[in-house]
Amino acid sequence: MTNSDNTAEFPLYEVFIRSKNGLHHKHVGSLHAADGEMALTNARDVYTRRSEGVSIWVVKASDMVSSNPDDRGAFYDPNDDKMYRHPTFYNSPDEVGHM
Amino acid sequence: MSDNKMLFEYLLRLGDNSLILGQRLAEWCGKSPVLEEELALMNVGLDLIGQARLFLSYAGEVEDAGRDEDTLAFHRDAQEWRNLLLVEQPNGDFAKTMARQLFIDCFQYVQFEGLLHSTDKTVSEIAAKSLKEITYHRRHSRDWVIRLGDGTEESHQKMQTAIEELWGFVPEMFDMDNVDNAMLAAGIGVDVAALKDRWDTMINDILAEATLTRPEDTWSVRGSRVGKHSEHLGFLLAEMQFLPRAYPDAKW
Repeated sequence: MTNSDNTAEFPLYEVFIRSKNGLHHKHVGSLHAADGEMALTNARDVYTRRSEGVSIWVVKASDMVSSNPDDRGAFYDPNDDKMYRHPTFYNSPDEVGHM
Repeated sequence: MSDNKMLFEYLLRLGDNSLILGQRLAEWCGKSPVLEEELALMNVGLDLIGQARLFLSYAGEVEDAGRDEDTLAFHRDAQEWRNLLLVEQPNGDFAKTMARQLFIDCFQYVQFEGLLHSTDKTVSEIAAKSLKEITYHRRHSRDWVIRLGDGTEESHQKMQTAIEELWGFVPEMFDMDNVDNAMLAAGIGVDVAALKDRWDTMINDILAEATLTRPEDTWSVRGSRVGKHSEHLGFLLAEMQFLPRAYPDAKW
């Protein structure tokens, strides 16, 4: 790393990896790359060196829309007293597995 | 030369290419332009060193003179090395490292594809394992050559210069000497001379996409098959071999 300014020219990408078929992609970290193609190969080199994955998604961090911590009250609190929304009053068959 | 000695020579050529290039790439450690690319270069380098270990330990078995992979890697002087002149060339700037990498990646790709059909089971198994790695190496170097060639005016110029500086090391890759011919006749080796057309097609396509000009064939150097190397190899070996030579009993 001779010049840390170089990274400032590359946008930030968030990396999601699916570790096994059937599982969801999980956020594993982020990296800098000039475009999506480079982000994908960088992700392969940075995050799958120990064969962690079968599929990689990369998303430009600036393209992601996230909730604001200040909205916490309006977003989540009204759900706290609505227990009937949780499927805890049913017995699910064993075949369903983890829900 | 006996058949065994021929095979030993041939294995050294295969293993030495990978080891010297792996050592060169390791020189980027801590100095790469960006962290992500540093990891990529180290991954490629470690793949190559892994290939070298397989070839050199097999070479040691074939020679049957009590030399293992470490002895072959750390106790041979420059004139005993059989790697191509191309892979020992200094890293230069990033463009030069990528040009060198692209030339050798495309070469190893066609060479190892041929070695898959080797009648020597160990060689074909090493080739099968390595080809997956080389396919990725080629993708990586191809991406960079296109990106830099078809990038800014400055990156284009640097990439074009790098290709021209290394162009004369290309013909040596496709030479066939008595060892190559004996290995080809035995069904163990490949006819690299016959692979030149495929290499050319691959490189021409990439250079065209990168808006780079294929250099004229105006000069060439060779000599690695008989141990005649450029002055750069000695310095590389001095660094690589220092520890085991200075401290022969060191364990790590």
